Amino acid sequence: MAKVHLQIVTPEKEFFNGQVDMVIAKGVEGDFAILRGRAPIATPLEIGKLRIKQDGVERIAAICGGYLTALDNEVTIVTDSAEWPEEIDVERAMEAKKRAEARLNGKDPNIDVARAEAALRRAMNRLEVSKDKK
Amino acid sequence: MAKSTRDIKRRIKGISNIKQITNAMELVASVKMRKARARLERTRPYYNTVLNSIKDVLSYTKVSHPLLEEREVIKSLYIVVTADRGLAGGYNANVTRLVDSKFKNDKESISLITVGSKGRDFFRNRGYHIVKSFQGISEEPEFKDAREIGKIAIDLFLEGQVDEINIVYTRFISNISYDARIMKLLPVDDLKVEGEDKLKPIIDFEPSPEEVLDYLIPKYIESTIFGALIEASSSEQAARRVAMENATDNAEEMIEELNISYNRARQAAITMEISEIVAGADALK
Repeated sequence: MAKVHLQIVTPEKEFFNGQVDMVIAKGVEGDFAILRGRAPIATPLEIGKLRIKQDGVERIAAICGGYLTALDNEVTIVTDSAEWPEEIDVERAMEAKKRAEARLNGKDPNIDVARAEAALRRAMNRLEVSKDKK
Repeated sequence: MAKSTRDIKRRIKGISNIKQITNAMELVASVKMRKARARLERTRPYYNTVLNSIKDVLSYTKVSHPLLEEREVIKSLYIVVTADRGLAGGYNANVTRLVDSKFKNDKESISLITVGSKGRDFFRNRGYHIVKSFQGISEEPEFKDAREIGKIAIDLFLEGQVDEINIVYTRFISNISYDARIMKLLPVDDLKVEGEDKLKPIIDFEPSPEEVLDYLIPKYIESTIFGALIEASSSEQAARRVAMENATDNAEEMIEELNISYNRARQAAITMEISEIVAGADALK
């Protein structure tokens, strides 16, 4: 299968760099896949699952927002954080989820709802992706 | 050689103490530098990628955006990255001097955001306008620090309070070489590719060019600031290590010289004593 070059970078490290068959990411308007020969595109990403098909094997990663550009079969994803399922600290994500839920359900009117919701989404996404651990 | 041996001994002891301290500081700095360098190495791909992709995107599009607006530059914002602590040779002075020499007679035309207490003190004493200063982040910068600085800078630009955003930081080249430089963040005229005659394919923006740029440009500013902070933290440790190494070497040299004069003074005292004894013995004959 014809391949595209995929690079994923986070502020902490270069997360992934290699040739892949297909990338499926969650954009602001839903999931989309990128194959070789895709017309150039630039789009922000949602907090969600990223699926990478490489040599017939599908790998899944949890990513937190960011954006994707695809130009001349070079796909670049820049994101705030990216993790493979086995890297995810499930306990920490559980706690983060509880904290965020408590904040959203709490009576305190001064909370930053958007921030708490984003934290909740990040935690749920991590838990979801961690289930894919082999 | 008038100094008594006791004075010289006291000085040797004092310098040895200083040497121990500088030596310890050198070791600490070199450990920190190694850590900072490893971090720099991991982070460089990130902001290089962001920089490249924003360049690509901007060269493909002609969309206007409030953050891409070019105005006549009346007031500039300078983000100055220095250290919280001194004893790093010329590290802090190089950065502050770069700005001060440019605007010494034109202080009204710039506003500053300072990182590190050295920069804050320097510019405050000279009567520059400081919008905000950050302390305690220059050694181990986090991405959220860069985000905060970026937000302040972007807000100032959007409100029209500044027409230009620059960052002054020390770029890390190698363990012994680093240079202070000014980089322009906004407006992004440097980023626009000159080769306009080259035929560019049309790029899709999902959901719309404005929304993509809304996201992309602040990201570019944040990650460039983050990159500068990381570079500066490596440079700071490297500069401190070199400065402390020099101090230790100098202390060693001084101790050596003092040892020689100590021995001379001791010898002179002995010789004098002998000649006194001999003279005394002669007198008794």
